[in-house]
Amino acid sequence: MLPHDLKPEQFRSYPPDARKLAVDYLGTLQKLPLAFLPSLLREAIEYDYKFPVERKALEQELAMLAGLSSGQLGERLQAFEHISISPQLERADWVNAPAQFVEQLSAHLWSTHQQDAFRKAALEYADRLREATPPEPLPTPRLGIAVIGQGVNASSEPLFRKLRPHGVYFKRVKPENGMQLLLNAVADRAKAHPAPYGHWYVDGGAQMDHDPALICVSYKGLETARAELLRRMQAEIDRPGMGPETLRSVMAKLHPSDLGVTKEDAVLSRFEVKVLTEGSGTQIFSTTFAQWTAREALRRAQPLTLMVRFAPRQRQKPMNELLTPVHNEVELDPAGSLLDADMGAYYNWLNQQRLPGAEQSSFLAWFEDHNEAVAIAPSLPRGTESTTSGDLRTMLSWMT
Amino acid sequence: MSDSSLQTERVRAALAASSPREVARLVSLSRREFLRTAAGVALGGTLLRSNPLARAAVANKKRKIIVVTFGGGARDQETFAPEGQENIPHLMRELIPQSAFFTQVVNRGILGHYVATASLATGVYETINNFASLPPEYPTVFEYFRKDLKRPSSDAWVVAPSNGFNRIGESNHRSYGAGLGARVILPKHLLTAAMRGGATDYEHLLRDNYETPFRAPELAGSEFELQQLEMILKLSVDDFKAHARTLSSPDELSVYITRQLMRQVAPSLLWITLHDIDVAHAGAYSLYVEGIRRTDRLCAELWQAAQSEPEYAGKTTMFILPDFGRDADEDSAGNGFQHHRTGDPLSRTTWLMALGAGVREGVVYDRATDSTDLVPTLGSMLGFSPSLAQGKPITELL
Repeated sequence: MLPHDLKPEQFRSYPPDARKLAVDYLGTLQKLPLAFLPSLLREAIEYDYKFPVERKALEQELAMLAGLSSGQLGERLQAFEHISISPQLERADWVNAPAQFVEQLSAHLWSTHQQDAFRKAALEYADRLREATPPEPLPTPRLGIAVIGQGVNASSEPLFRKLRPHGVYFKRVKPENGMQLLLNAVADRAKAHPAPYGHWYVDGGAQMDHDPALICVSYKGLETARAELLRRMQAEIDRPGMGPETLRSVMAKLHPSDLGVTKEDAVLSRFEVKVLTEGSGTQIFSTTFAQWTAREALRRAQPLTLMVRFAPRQRQKPMNELLTPVHNEVELDPAGSLLDADMGAYYNWLNQQRLPGAEQSSFLAWFEDHNEAVAIAPSLPRGTESTTSGDLRTMLSWMT
Repeated sequence: MSDSSLQTERVRAALAASSPREVARLVSLSRREFLRTAAGVALGGTLLRSNPLARAAVANKKRKIIVVTFGGGARDQETFAPEGQENIPHLMRELIPQSAFFTQVVNRGILGHYVATASLATGVYETINNFASLPPEYPTVFEYFRKDLKRPSSDAWVVAPSNGFNRIGESNHRSYGAGLGARVILPKHLLTAAMRGGATDYEHLLRDNYETPFRAPELAGSEFELQQLEMILKLSVDDFKAHARTLSSPDELSVYITRQLMRQVAPSLLWITLHDIDVAHAGAYSLYVEGIRRTDRLCAELWQAAQSEPEYAGKTTMFILPDFGRDADEDSAGNGFQHHRTGDPLSRTTWLMALGAGVREGVVYDRATDSTDLVPTLGSMLGFSPSLAQGKPITELL
């Protein structure tokens, strides 16, 4: 089936808001090339479970496409029209299973050496979409916070090497009551600038008490879901013919209820399940979980505030230990986790800087319970060191 | 601005360039600069010094080739860039000064480890399913080597990291294929066979790739594997198990097996694929860096083995190359070091190091070469005709 054959009834399996959106824009969808449309439907089918920012972006994109004349649309999507699609892909159920289609399309693009052409087309399209839909001003500049090194007495290597060139490296931070000060500060921001899914606290371990105004996701809080997911994954792996791609498809179909995630907030539950089912390593390593959750929260919800605390992940046992049948208990690797988190903090900052308002954004990375931190803000110089002393609340005040 | 910052900025400039070809070129120049400024290394575009013995002709019949590929590339910032050089002391101080180094090897194919390794081994960008147990579609270097030069099966071996590579030694091409390929040894499969029945906690060690956290179903035929162990490698199961218990990773096991192969069988064409670096897919940066450091050390150990084994000393040419790179931090479609899914220029632009018999030492070449050039180069060196390979011989190595 090709896009011009689309009919309203083909969207009946979509959730209600998604169905209405697709039917409202049916005329536009019918004009889109098959190399492009399923990627859009992959977003549309999730419309009911998307964050407000994502919903608005999708609405704007569809409105932009609908506003183009046939000639403009053809010119805008010409590069996608030139992508050759196999008959097998044309026969796939790309309306009801767009994510699976996109995965198959990806394999097709790689195997037919069209990946580079597709990538170029996608980047150009994204650039022009950004031009057509300029972002609205933010109610307050974004703030990112990364807390790393829980449980580590001393770092064997210099920390924040990738962040230091962009801000001030503080060596005399007063660490007392640091986590609480930071949580209080982000809670204050949430109350001062209330926005749905606007202020987040992600913990790679067990979450601390926090203000209910914050959206909270934690590794410990998803322990039951992770265990159930691992059980299901292993069961699937043991089935004949199972490979990573099939496994990914199976995982993509899981719903929160399948993993025992029963939050009232369906959007957040869906987000949490996607972090576990789409993120490689998030089921195993808490540092990966924290970094990927931050990445996805920034990319999808575009929060005004994101505080991420990394915790020690389980230790990867070397082969000689695995071959010796002694103990099965999970051990932690605080030192390795510190290196993971140091890089994770850098990625959090990079991902924050990809969002609108980057030039006004601030970022603080702190070595938990220690004197070291890096602060990046428009008001602070770049690539400098400071011996000024202050607690974390004071440091935040210097950044705004 | 310090040299280090300058070079880092240059890489950033490279990433901001619009054309993938231009990005690859700039990455290559940065790599040259990194090597030139590294402590104890002085490399240039022209021959700086040359060991005449290294260029001495080695009779094709006696020549040995060892190819080491990494299944799971490492980025410059964790390797050749100033901030990464601490992770590769052996490459920087021991191997690169002895090598001809190609800074711009572009992989234009599918960036999956099995299919990319198959492409390296056939000289054709293969399109087989990366996760299926399928042979390459085009003849492998092992088949050309054995058919053209009438070499026995014992003269071409592959040591590969996982069950998925069990078909890498032989294509299904009608003019080659059955019976003409390399013998493939899968150390982790050997380990499974040897440890059968033992109450151990090593299942995740046996995972087939790092893109899922679980082990793959086992291959059949453990009896054959154990026979390989005892008859070919001259290792008792008990000795093998005992030694495995002293090693820290699957790649160490692969190198141990490779050394045993070199000692007992001494194949002329030996291909080893390392895989520890690909733990990066789990997203733990420290484990990725640990994998790089281990790979660096293992490459040096292999080279030392080639110098010390009588069958290899003085007549071995070794090639070291990643199958491809990893995603750049700057590409928002990826997640930095974790994957190689974007197809961005950094994940496609890798390098090649050649050292040993017939190779000029201490030379850096910036011109673009292709991943598929390896097989034609080996063909020219050893005297066989890889007629279906798409690449071209690297003339600087001939």
